[in-house]
Amino acid sequence: MAGITGKDQVLTTYANKLATLDAPKGRSLTQNAMRRLVRNKMAVISIFVLVTIVILAIIGPNFVPWGYSQVDWSNIRKPPNFEAGHYFGTDQNGRDMLARVLQGTQMSLIVAFVATFVSVTIGVVYGAVAGYFGGRVDAVMMRIVDIMYALPYILFVIILVVMFGRNPVLLFVGIGAIEWLTMARIVRGQTLSIKEKEFVEAARAGGAKPFTIIMRHIVPNLTGPVVIYATLTIPEIIIAESFLSYLGLGVQEPQTSLGTLISAGAPVAEVMPWMLLAPAAVLVTLLFCLTYIGDGLRDALDPKDR
Amino acid sequence: MLAYAFRRVLSAIPIALIAVTVCFFILRLAPGGPFDGERALPPTVLANLRAHYNLDQPLVVQYFLYIWRLLHGDLGPSMVIDGFNVSQLISIGFPFTLTMALCAFVIATAIGMLAGMVAAVYQNKWPDYVLVLAVMIGVLIPNFLMAALLQLWFGVYLKWVPAGGWVSGSVWHLILPVTVLAWPHAGRISRLMRGSMIEVLGTNYVRTARSKGLGERLVLARHAIKPALLPVVSYLGPGLSYLLTGSLAVEQIFGLPGIGKYFVTAALNRDYGVVLGTTILYMFIILALNLIVDLVYAWLDPKVRYR
Repeated sequence: MAGITGKDQVLTTYANKLATLDAPKGRSLTQNAMRRLVRNKMAVISIFVLVTIVILAIIGPNFVPWGYSQVDWSNIRKPPNFEAGHYFGTDQNGRDMLARVLQGTQMSLIVAFVATFVSVTIGVVYGAVAGYFGGRVDAVMMRIVDIMYALPYILFVIILVVMFGRNPVLLFVGIGAIEWLTMARIVRGQTLSIKEKEFVEAARAGGAKPFTIIMRHIVPNLTGPVVIYATLTIPEIIIAESFLSYLGLGVQEPQTSLGTLISAGAPVAEVMPWMLLAPAAVLVTLLFCLTYIGDGLRDALDPKDR
Repeated sequence: MLAYAFRRVLSAIPIALIAVTVCFFILRLAPGGPFDGERALPPTVLANLRAHYNLDQPLVVQYFLYIWRLLHGDLGPSMVIDGFNVSQLISIGFPFTLTMALCAFVIATAIGMLAGMVAAVYQNKWPDYVLVLAVMIGVLIPNFLMAALLQLWFGVYLKWVPAGGWVSGSVWHLILPVTVLAWPHAGRISRLMRGSMIEVLGTNYVRTARSKGLGERLVLARHAIKPALLPVVSYLGPGLSYLLTGSLAVEQIFGLPGIGKYFVTAALNRDYGVVLGTTILYMFIILALNLIVDLVYAWLDPKVRYR
């Protein structure tokens, strides 16, 4: 029967064309998503600005004439002064604000990424386990999430500070550890539908252990929603960190973060507005960029949702 | 409906109990205590104090004592502020917090719904863009920064309103704090309202209503608003609890006499009674709000009741 429909000839020519890179290639889902993301102007601008801020925060301190904890005794409480190299002015202790803002941005970014990583890891594993096993395990695990939702957030924060002391790394791992609730819910919902798919059944029939199925077959398929939600978690964590630092419970002197800088700048904003405005501008820019990137990614990865 | 309500109330009880237990033990397991002052107290005084507040007993005994008192409506004494018990402190501070949160809630919900509706009707025209920008600003800028910027601009430079502090009965002193509290809430409400309204305006029954010749206003009033309200209603409960928690911070920033002042000081001093009492109060409010929202939802949408 071969050759009746001419199928073989058509496919052969197509294969030959493919081999000589002559034919239109299919686009993968990732390529499609990338194209949609690139078409979103706000997202592209935000990515550009964010990358600039990150690079400046990492390498910038090397090019600033003053160190972040270095005191310039001849310029205390001075507005921006280009001749002395204090482009953003100095604080009450004569430290250069530009150097401090750069260091603070760096600290806020590090905290945000560490805490987001922790919250994503906990949320994904917890949600996937609850969704995959279902039944009573699911009911108990999700009830725990409900209870944690009912606890006032600020209590957790204060307890964490008390338990971890003033160690910033542990504290921010702690912030990540309480920001995972929504992630767990989203992942659980996705897992419930993924675990009914044929490839999971095939893996189970092939004798894979539950843990292997979750890690090898379910978690990779959660990438879309997890990436989107993680991007949207970063600004939340930056806000949480800066709020803690604002209350004086976060990053300690001489180290600084955007929240610490804002809390130092707010009470003296009347006489020294540059101390508030510089860190505030950076914080707001960061938050806007991250949110636009998150929205752009959501639209790009999940076109149904628009 | 009644059976559903009964079931929901019953399922809230164990959650409340477990949450109280978790709070109690986490708080006690944290190092430090209410009597670690700048100066160490003489051991006998310390022992007497601890005995007075039952802190010398095993933790489990203290726990059952606390639960027993709680069931009788007694939140126990404050361990740091002499001569006050927790219920008194709460009754001094909480009415203020509640008034402020409710003001912000009512104003923000009304503005948010209206703005969301306008944005949906003028989708992708200038009112929509202005609104989306205002929402972004409100939702993204953290409340302490918003407070500082508004204080600087309206309080210090323009001198329209007082920048902070409190004079009993003065509405002027409430304008900035309520704005800071209400803005993000109004933003979230209007975002929800806009989304669901756009969805509703695309449905077949709205097209039918339009095609039978109803004016746009009647279509909105009779057919579009009510179904578009559902997601907004489900956000009202969590929204109010965010406002109540958020007002802790706002009170701290503006120096207002709400419960926030006691809570933060108490937490720093390990005043177990006050921290636990406030937390429990908040938790019950959150649980009660979720319960009310669920019941309202069940009333609006019969599918939920019979699940």
